[in-house]
Amino acid sequence: MTASRLLVVGPISFIAVFFLYPLVAILAKSFGGGAVGLGPFQVLLGDTYYLGRIWFTIWQAAFSTFLTLVLGLPVAYLFARHEFPGKSLLKALTTLPFIMPTIVVAMGFVALLGSGGLVNTGLSGVFGDNAPQVRIANTLTIIFLAHAFYNYSIVVRIVSAYWANLSPQFEESSAMLGAGRVQTFLHVTLPLLLPAIWSSAILVYIFSFTSFGVVMILGGSQFATMEVAIYELTVKLFRLDIAGALAIVQIVFTYIFMLIYTRIQARSAVPVTLVHREAIAKRKRSIRDTLFVIGIISILLIVLSPLLALVERAISTNDGYSLVHFSALFSNDSGSYFYLSPLHVIWNSIRFAFMSMVIAMLVGTAAAYVIVRPGKRSSILDSLFMLPLVVSAVTLGFGFLVAFNRPPVDLRGSWLILVIAHSLVAYPFVIRTLLPVLRGMPPHLKESAALLGASPLRVFIHVELPLIARALVVGATFAFAVSMGEFGASLLLVRSEFTTIPVAIFRLLGQPGAANLGQALAMSTLLMAVVALGFVVIERFRYRDIGGF
Amino acid sequence: MATSPILQLDKVSKSYGETFAIRDVSLNVDRGELVCLLGPSGCGKTTLLRIIAGLETMDSGTISFRGEDLHGMAPHSRGFGFMFQDLALFPHMDVFGNVGFGLRMQGMSNDRVRMRVDEMLELVDLGDYRNRKVHELSGGERQRVALARSLAPAPKLLMLDEPLGSLDRVLRESLQAQVRSILKEIGVTAIYVTHDKEEAFALADTIVFVNGGQVVQSGPPEALFQAPATEMVARSLGLRNIIEGTIVRASESVEIASSAGTLSTAGPLPGGISVGDGVLVIINERSISVAPVHHEWAEMGIRLSGVVNEQKFRGGESEIHMTVGRSELISVVPTVDAQTEVTSGDEVSVHVPPEAVTLLPPAEA
Repeated sequence: MTASRLLVVGPISFIAVFFLYPLVAILAKSFGGGAVGLGPFQVLLGDTYYLGRIWFTIWQAAFSTFLTLVLGLPVAYLFARHEFPGKSLLKALTTLPFIMPTIVVAMGFVALLGSGGLVNTGLSGVFGDNAPQVRIANTLTIIFLAHAFYNYSIVVRIVSAYWANLSPQFEESSAMLGAGRVQTFLHVTLPLLLPAIWSSAILVYIFSFTSFGVVMILGGSQFATMEVAIYELTVKLFRLDIAGALAIVQIVFTYIFMLIYTRIQARSAVPVTLVHREAIAKRKRSIRDTLFVIGIISILLIVLSPLLALVERAISTNDGYSLVHFSALFSNDSGSYFYLSPLHVIWNSIRFAFMSMVIAMLVGTAAAYVIVRPGKRSSILDSLFMLPLVVSAVTLGFGFLVAFNRPPVDLRGSWLILVIAHSLVAYPFVIRTLLPVLRGMPPHLKESAALLGASPLRVFIHVELPLIARALVVGATFAFAVSMGEFGASLLLVRSEFTTIPVAIFRLLGQPGAANLGQALAMSTLLMAVVALGFVVIERFRYRDIGGF
Repeated sequence: MATSPILQLDKVSKSYGETFAIRDVSLNVDRGELVCLLGPSGCGKTTLLRIIAGLETMDSGTISFRGEDLHGMAPHSRGFGFMFQDLALFPHMDVFGNVGFGLRMQGMSNDRVRMRVDEMLELVDLGDYRNRKVHELSGGERQRVALARSLAPAPKLLMLDEPLGSLDRVLRESLQAQVRSILKEIGVTAIYVTHDKEEAFALADTIVFVNGGQVVQSGPPEALFQAPATEMVARSLGLRNIIEGTIVRASESVEIASSAGTLSTAGPLPGGISVGDGVLVIINERSISVAPVHHEWAEMGIRLSGVVNEQKFRGGESEIHMTVGRSELISVVPTVDAQTEVTSGDEVSVHVPPEAVTLLPPAEA
């Protein structure tokens, strides 16, 4: 009994102390300490600048989502309905951008389309110094592109998994009833896919809505989203009350989107008979299909090109390719601006990520077990535990600053605050990977083991653990990667001696000079490599597409 | 002295909220006996099985095994075997790992585990399947692996919860015979839950008929078939020709005024029924004789007359459906005879011999 009590109390008190309490602190701050009432909100809503930021956040997320769908749906079709050599590799690569830290994605776009980027140097190389240049750095265009790049794998994953399991007999029946290809798509396939499309679109919208790293690096403050505005209010203007009010406005928005998302998910879970994917093989091949495939593959290459450009830029110097930027990272006498050596920064990221992973695993696993326990409260608990996904990282960091800023709990200077923030961002991923496995576990498996003479402990060790082991590995890797790449909360919370890789990259970018840019690129490449390695682990161990985020 | 039962249930009850799942069930199982719990789905038979296994708690009553009260004993300490409907084979282990699981839990040495697993796989005709993955097995093979797994630790009592439920009819019938012969070869005491009467007949030494969480009747299959205790049991066993009647006279033979006409059967009256009572009469469909009206019967006896409504071809046998008096009766005869003797619309003579008649107290209102 005490063990199961601990299972419930542990994760709930973690959330209460480190998530709900900071939110309450923000709320208190935004109401101006009680005396002024709605003051900060009045300031906020009376200021055209902030109203403009709110409106900008809303429409840029909408357009980003639209662009993402346009890019993602054909690829989803490709993966759902076509077999071709190299498909699984391509599929894995497609998901790469999503797990990439925003800072790496942003740096990829700098490397590809920035003024010294691959495209522009290429153009100069071919057409000489007067060559036409792509000038989209610091424009809205590059932000949209980066958002689409970052999120399109969400569309691909969710829609293709659903599409692949959709019985082709619906389409065949439609054809037998006299509908042409286009009619069949419009009247049969599309309506059936709509729940999947909607739920992926809302997720993309939420992520674009709370976008921080991409906007900070590619846009600058003229394109500030609410998230960026909260950061600047906190760090540069010290208007914590207005920052709090803005954070509350943002939370309300994202919470509404999340509600819609879970509604759609719950509804789409019922009606359509899904067929197991092996039962569906691509039936016919025509020239049109082949052209389609080639077209889509080229889209994919374009989508992956920022990551490739990042690597290329990181190893290119004025005298051709070399690893000089990388070796500069590992030499302690680097001439970079801050006194912390890059090696130390890397070490910081790794140890914080490891600690966050451990905490996220403990909290996430316990929470997942609590959620699957039979009972009516399961869905309430589920949404409670998923709340940290809704609240943006900057808001979370901001909440920590206002909640834990005086004795007895003054965590501002401690690395612990960083680790806790990372665990909060990471543990929902652990829950999401564990839940399908725990829910899918045949009900009699544990009972069978018990009846064959296994004590509860041995049932766990011999039956349960081996079955959830893969999901645990995937969840742990997710948690590690999320922590390695976490940018928004870190930027607010980190002290210089605890600087992590994403924060260091951002600071390096703020310094002039080719050497600094080179090091930033090299560090981004390293971060990408670490995360990509983690991703290989995830792909290796993941065995179902549905579920995931 | 007769051996005392190995498993004894005394007034076991279990309810979920307001509704009883199991109500005052008392049951004895002898050593080596194969008992089938038969009843419609949702009648509580699976719950009863899970209570015996220790997977569910009961509200009241006692269960003892070899005279020892099982109350509070954990499932894994009972030494019982259980085969689930979904089999619950461990997907992360191969056949060997599955069958050897219970043995390893007993702490048996690897060599002995290997020997015992081989022995079990021989028993279920899967000698070469040791290293197969679970997902490579066909439906019937999985069933046999699950059986081998539950038998391997030599359980003191084996429970099987509709283990063949998911198979098609042909495979199910061939496995029924195999399961019975394997269980009898080992001599294990077993309780088998099913809702399929054919399966119960094929397997059971004793059938326990369960309905609404209560034991309605129990006994050897033939006894149940010949003397069902209630109309529900009779209908569940597939008996037709159940009509109403009243006892007119009872001495050496009993005379009944039924809706089909006057019937007679050998006395004495079954307990609980006396002259003048309303009763239910079951007429064995294979013992009714049907002949054209002018046919000369070789023997004397009560004769009724009726009209043939239709003939139904059922392979080797045919059914003659007819209206006799105010009742519909069915006679099952070899197809060859049916074709030659009568056709639809014919008036016929119907002979119901005394041994074809069974009397039941009427269903309670």
